[in-house]
Amino acid sequence: MKWIKDLFSPKTRAWEEFYRNRWQHDNVVRSTHGVNCTGGCSWDIFVKDGIVTWEMQALDYPRLDPAIPPYEPRGCQRGISFSWYLYSPIRIKYPYIRGALLDIWREARAKHEDAVSAWESIQADDELRRRYQRARGKGGFRRASMDEAIEIAAAANIYTAKKYGPDRIVGFSPIPAMSQLSYAGGSRMLQLMGGVNLSFYDWYCDLPPASPETWGEQTDVAESADWYHSKMIAVMGANLNMTRTPDCHFIPEARQNGSKLVVFSPDFSQVSKFADQWVAINAGQDGAFWLAAAHVILKEFYHDRRTPAFDAYLKQYSDSGFLVELTPTSRGFRAGKMLRAGRLERYADEENGEWKFLVLDRTTGEPRMPGGTMGHRWGEEPGKWNLKLEDARSGEPIDPVLSFIEDYDEEPLIELEQYESDGLVLRGVPAKRVRLSDGSEVRVTTVFDLLMARYGVPRGLEGEYPSSYDDSELSYTPAWQESWTGIDRKTVLGFAREWAKTAEVTDGKCSIIIGAGVNHWYHNNLMYRAGIVCLILTGCVGKNGGGLNHYVGQEKLAPIAPWSSIAFARDWASPPRLQNAPSWHYVNSDQWRYEREFTEYHPVPGEASLAQGHTIDLQIKAVRNGWLPFFPQFNESSFEVVRKAREAGAATEAEVIEHVVHRLRTDDLKFAVQDPDAPENWPRTWYIWRGNALMSSAKGHEYFLKHYLGTHTNTIAKERASGSTKEVVWREAPEGKFDLIVDLNFRMDTSALYSDIVLPAATWYEKDDLNSTDLHSFIHPLSEATPPAWESRSDWDLFKAIAVKTSELAMRHFPEPVEDLVMTPLAHDTPAEISQTEIRDWKEGECEPIPGKTMPGFKIVTRDYRRVGQRFKSLGPAMRHIGAHGVQLDVGDFYDRLKEVGPVVEVEGETLPSIAEAKDAADAILLLAPETNGEIAYRGYQFLEKKTGVPLTDLAEGSRSARATFRDLQAQPRRILNSPCWSGLVTDGRSYSAFTTQIERLTPWRTLTGRQHLYLDHSGYIDFGENLPTYKPVPLPAAFGDLRESAEDGLMLNYLTPHGKWHIHSTYSENHRMLTLSRGIDPFWMNDTDAESIGVVDNDWVEVHNDHGVVCTRAAVSARIPRGICIIYHSPERTISVPKSPLRGNRRAGGHNSLTRVRLKPSLMVGGYGQFTYHFNYWGPTGVNRDTSVRVRKLEKVEF
Amino acid sequence: MDVRSQVSMVFHLDKCIGCHTCSVACKNVWTDRPGAEYMWWNNVETKPGTGYPTAWEDQEKYKGGWEKKKDGIEVRAVGKLRGALTVFHNPNLPTIDDYYEPFTFKYEDLINAPEGADQPTARAVSMITGKPMDIEAGPNWDDDLGGSNIYAANDPNLQSLSAEDREAIFEVQKLVFFYVPRICNHCMNPTCVAACPSGALYKRGEDGIVLLNQEQCRAWRFCVTACPYKKTYFNWSTGKSEKCILCYPRLESGQAPACFHSCVGRIRYLGMMLYDADRIEEAASIDDPTKLVEAQRDLLLDPNDPKTIEGAKKNGLDEDILDSARRSPVWRFVKEWGLALPLHPEHRTMPMLFYVPPLLPVLAKMSDGGYDTSMEAFLGQMDRHRLPIQYMASLFGGGNEGVVRYALEKQQAVRLYRRQKTVGDLDEHLVREALAQADCDEQQAEAIYRLTSLATVDDRFVIPPMHREEAIELLGDSLEAKGAGVGFRRGPERGA
Repeated sequence: MKWIKDLFSPKTRAWEEFYRNRWQHDNVVRSTHGVNCTGGCSWDIFVKDGIVTWEMQALDYPRLDPAIPPYEPRGCQRGISFSWYLYSPIRIKYPYIRGALLDIWREARAKHEDAVSAWESIQADDELRRRYQRARGKGGFRRASMDEAIEIAAAANIYTAKKYGPDRIVGFSPIPAMSQLSYAGGSRMLQLMGGVNLSFYDWYCDLPPASPETWGEQTDVAESADWYHSKMIAVMGANLNMTRTPDCHFIPEARQNGSKLVVFSPDFSQVSKFADQWVAINAGQDGAFWLAAAHVILKEFYHDRRTPAFDAYLKQYSDSGFLVELTPTSRGFRAGKMLRAGRLERYADEENGEWKFLVLDRTTGEPRMPGGTMGHRWGEEPGKWNLKLEDARSGEPIDPVLSFIEDYDEEPLIELEQYESDGLVLRGVPAKRVRLSDGSEVRVTTVFDLLMARYGVPRGLEGEYPSSYDDSELSYTPAWQESWTGIDRKTVLGFAREWAKTAEVTDGKCSIIIGAGVNHWYHNNLMYRAGIVCLILTGCVGKNGGGLNHYVGQEKLAPIAPWSSIAFARDWASPPRLQNAPSWHYVNSDQWRYEREFTEYHPVPGEASLAQGHTIDLQIKAVRNGWLPFFPQFNESSFEVVRKAREAGAATEAEVIEHVVHRLRTDDLKFAVQDPDAPENWPRTWYIWRGNALMSSAKGHEYFLKHYLGTHTNTIAKERASGSTKEVVWREAPEGKFDLIVDLNFRMDTSALYSDIVLPAATWYEKDDLNSTDLHSFIHPLSEATPPAWESRSDWDLFKAIAVKTSELAMRHFPEPVEDLVMTPLAHDTPAEISQTEIRDWKEGECEPIPGKTMPGFKIVTRDYRRVGQRFKSLGPAMRHIGAHGVQLDVGDFYDRLKEVGPVVEVEGETLPSIAEAKDAADAILLLAPETNGEIAYRGYQFLEKKTGVPLTDLAEGSRSARATFRDLQAQPRRILNSPCWSGLVTDGRSYSAFTTQIERLTPWRTLTGRQHLYLDHSGYIDFGENLPTYKPVPLPAAFGDLRESAEDGLMLNYLTPHGKWHIHSTYSENHRMLTLSRGIDPFWMNDTDAESIGVVDNDWVEVHNDHGVVCTRAAVSARIPRGICIIYHSPERTISVPKSPLRGNRRAGGHNSLTRVRLKPSLMVGGYGQFTYHFNYWGPTGVNRDTSVRVRKLEKVEF
Repeated sequence: MDVRSQVSMVFHLDKCIGCHTCSVACKNVWTDRPGAEYMWWNNVETKPGTGYPTAWEDQEKYKGGWEKKKDGIEVRAVGKLRGALTVFHNPNLPTIDDYYEPFTFKYEDLINAPEGADQPTARAVSMITGKPMDIEAGPNWDDDLGGSNIYAANDPNLQSLSAEDREAIFEVQKLVFFYVPRICNHCMNPTCVAACPSGALYKRGEDGIVLLNQEQCRAWRFCVTACPYKKTYFNWSTGKSEKCILCYPRLESGQAPACFHSCVGRIRYLGMMLYDADRIEEAASIDDPTKLVEAQRDLLLDPNDPKTIEGAKKNGLDEDILDSARRSPVWRFVKEWGLALPLHPEHRTMPMLFYVPPLLPVLAKMSDGGYDTSMEAFLGQMDRHRLPIQYMASLFGGGNEGVVRYALEKQQAVRLYRRQKTVGDLDEHLVREALAQADCDEQQAEAIYRLTSLATVDDRFVIPPMHREEAIELLGDSLEAKGAGVGFRRGPERGA
């Protein structure tokens, strides 16, 4: 070659230092991103000249097993863009206060020597209050001093607590797992004052209610490495490239290892590229497909031939063999409650006999009572709470009969709804008569036989069974599902057979990866259950490579026990005030006012009693009956109710409570939820941190603006509730409920833009913290690579400062400790799980009001506002006993150890461990957590051994001496240990998969029977017609009512907001890197033919609207999107490049939540019964938003 | 035989998740500065699509690569005659419209806006003029089939399809896309180097990295035209062209290039390859473009072959370089297994970045019941893939369907083999047949599976010893260099 010459000459190449100079740095520090992405990735942060230059993934994860692909590298396009934020023009460098408020404040402060009085004077003047409320979101921020900003917050704390009660001070911060101490800073401050923390997992609709329904578990899933073991993977409602970016590689790696991947998605989603089969299913119809798949599995693997492995699995690990009573109706029978052991002669004297259940034993032909039920969990006798197949009383072995088909007494017809056709079918089931101790007889069948009937598997029984797979009229055949899913029956048949066959051969290595795409539908729990049934029928739950892997939100906070004590200040006082946000926002942001009875869009059985009326009324009932929490508690201060009781002569706590119950009963005192628009019941002071409560988390954002903030809104919806409600007090809708909104942030996001005070928060590269996720089994640090820039401080330090200032102001206003009555719902993992066998309402005179049994529980907590600051900084004495998920851990010796070796502080005359610095709190957590201290894990297993009577401590034997410190985590990621607080096992590099402990060690699920529940016999579920897996259609647009007032202009589409590529929720959405790689905006994705029909071409501006609000953005036109749906990827801010909307009088258009309004599924409000009991972020209705309709038209004139 | 050594690369497209982490890693480390805003040394493209710069594959427009002439090849853009005529006017450069006008936003308005009647917003502004602008293009505009009927439909590779097939690829039964990440190919026979009138471009002797000397560049921009992959960019601030440097400062300190390191799909492999530079011209000049893949493969030398070793020693390649080449994952993918193919070999630059073509979901059909994607073969069949093989051959085979088919069939055979080994539910005979058909024995299948699925960072990136001490010694005292020196650093300046 003449013209190409390789160059070696060092002189000519001396210029090469040009780029070598750029690749230089002074320090590399390990941190991660706290952004609710579930990534939990370990990053190296590069520092040059004291400035963060960029970040690269750390590669030093300990290898699980050489036969599993390694975790390195983890980190995505968004994470690697983060360093842009640190020095960007959107960074919050200083405290900002809204100018209108600042002027008013300074004037008031000049008049009042005391800050609290100054704040009071402003709040007393409605005109002043409305003046700055109306300015919210409209610019005019002014830089202020940190002292001034913090003083306002502290004054509002004291003012609110003193005037209305502390439960009008609330905080919202999502998903603690991602930066555990940053969350804990705010929650600790709030709980020390008696304030309220709002939940997040359910509000985001990340919580899959089907998980507590089936397993009594919030969520427990496999770490991503375990996907590799799965030999058939079904992905639905999840887009792994987008949302599990660092984990996604396990999919092609599993494929290379011979796994089959089937992706269900209406659009050709990014993960579809990995699929062997892409099933282009209609949006929101996954449930129908899975119901038909189960039909095939039941027929071919349980009826045409028996599959011994499946039979054995169902008998031991599911409720399939349990007996269910059939209750007569006018036309036949209905599936009712499970038969209680205590009703039989043989078990009549059993403790908790109402909470123990029966199977028919094949050997004796008699009903027998296995252990492991709720009755055994909360009984006196230890060692019976396990999944052994033996009679819990006699110890004799039991062989449960799954089906009576071979031997039954009669063949009653049961009623089954076909909601999709508004019809009812009658199908025969094989039943037996069982004699009760009172001499009467009941008809029973098994859960399994009910399933066979519900799925319509023809077994020669009477009734309306489908004739064959090709019967398209009767549920739930492969032909039946076609009209819903748009998928041919052959696809269902092929899929179901391959699924069951693979599971049979591999002993359960089929898995479902599922996410928000399914979970955000109104009937998500039914869709999930449809899939879960297929997993359980094929023995795939609790196996490596199997299970329901639901990934929506970074909910797994590994060191949960010590963390929750610190975060909710349980080390000083219990119980905390923990509120389910969906109910709270539905009620307080007045979204309930815009709808009528839920039966408008939610079909229920005709004879339902609970399942009718308005959601708000059922919400009130749920609070009154102790099913759900609600704060503010009463229309009076929670201090005031104690004071009045004391005044009336109540000496003991019991007498105070009795006094309060009496007042409630006589309507002298009311629950605030009954009258949410009365000024004394408004929430008043709101802290927002680590999240975007007013935009990405604000379902019904425009209603937030109206009713919470009192500023401009673009909603045109009309109020409709009046006349359709019974209990709630109807008043004129208030605007501007909140006195003060404080936002801690590192960027000017929408929530910051609409807040009154913005405090500069340290970024994830500027603070010490902890991070964990369910996608891997490591625990990571966030570290201070550089000190917090400008005037920013960590969340922990900011809340510490507010706590200290609050204490200072309290010297005058709360000179003495004050008694606070805290109201709590009946709680999961406590004996309250066995309080209500039936729904009885004390208010209706159906039972007595008994706190903690038929109504909420009450407890007096003494608040000392003078010591909020001190207590914040020290670890209180109640830290000696911690626990989680019903496991109690005694950690007193380690607590003492902290006093010996860690920093200490003198508080109230005692030497206590200091946690003034977040890093010290992190070390305390690591020392006290079973996941990072093997000795504590060992003790937890000891506790569980006693309870269950099965050996468990060997699980921790090998790691008893393992410990980890914060420094250790900074040196290298540490894997968590086997822990009694979690259900998966990680022994010897095994990948974590949920419920393997249940399968291998026979520890029960935390459900009614202790087994996986295919049948839900809660009276509420029977009433709502969801006791069996069922198909309920997606609510029709006309009934759902998003477009009642909207101009009939443009094309109507179903509005979907799946998680996107260029942001994690709203974070990174305005990041310059991400905006450049996308289209400089978050576009509106629509089908090309749809676009053509309204004259829209790619990149045109469009106006997307419905009654709730309007979004103006550009169109991304693509054949990838099917007709009839549209996508705005969750969730852009309304701050970047948003034009004005001609449809709304040329006002600034909104963000993606401007098009949503929350409707709660009331069946999820029930409680006080088994796994249907409240736990924070665990149970309750979720913030569904997938069923929304919008109209879109071209935006001809673009104005900013 | 003239044995040369080259750091070479494989991108496994079956694994690519299209996340663009690689692009941002590169942007952060190298091109985050004035004049380089629009440079994406690493970018990721959705296929079908038109990529970045728009329709870069359209050489009718851009005149990149080599042109086959009767007696050899010449740089298409600078033919022997035209070179002198066009030296002051280069008509085939991409314009700002083919790239995009870099944009940012007036973020500060959110913080500084005075109180008004409505909410403030941060408007888009040009990074060139600072004025408000309409964003009409970007470096990844047609990502995930955005604007499919404008962009994807105009993918030049679709020309290889029949009109009917072209029509059908946007129907739900056939709809599909995949990703192609791209960096400089550090070609064996780079047109950019040949085209530069100033001799500013060169291929480093020790590792084959193609560099653009920032002192010697005279802004002719012939490299921009000549590169058929449009991977050199002109920096309007410094007045020099710039391109991917394969992170030589990182390689020199034993680290993989930033885009490789950060590849979270774990699709990238890097290792030393030896080739015979004497035969480049001959191989690049063969007539039939469908034979170019084979011709290039022939130049790659087996590091265990005594002849190669002898030639290598003659050229001063140390034993540790040979050893590195023997452990190279690229060698296995490209030569041993025939799984990895060059992108658009028909431009005759002999790109040293190779792609494993992706398996795709099976086709569906529409029946009475709706969408039917039921499959006869458990893991699908190549002939039922959602894109015709011609399309892949247009991308990776110079039109040669055989080499693409070979690579896809082998991947599928490995999957079947592993299925049988881990589950055992397939027909034994069928699996054996698939392996044989794919020219693959069990041992090879096992090795392919391991390197694809289980590879650690050390397996994926076999970074050769760069012997910086030897380079330094040629300039001065190596002990002095250890002290790292002291003095002022100079940032890149215009005209520097």
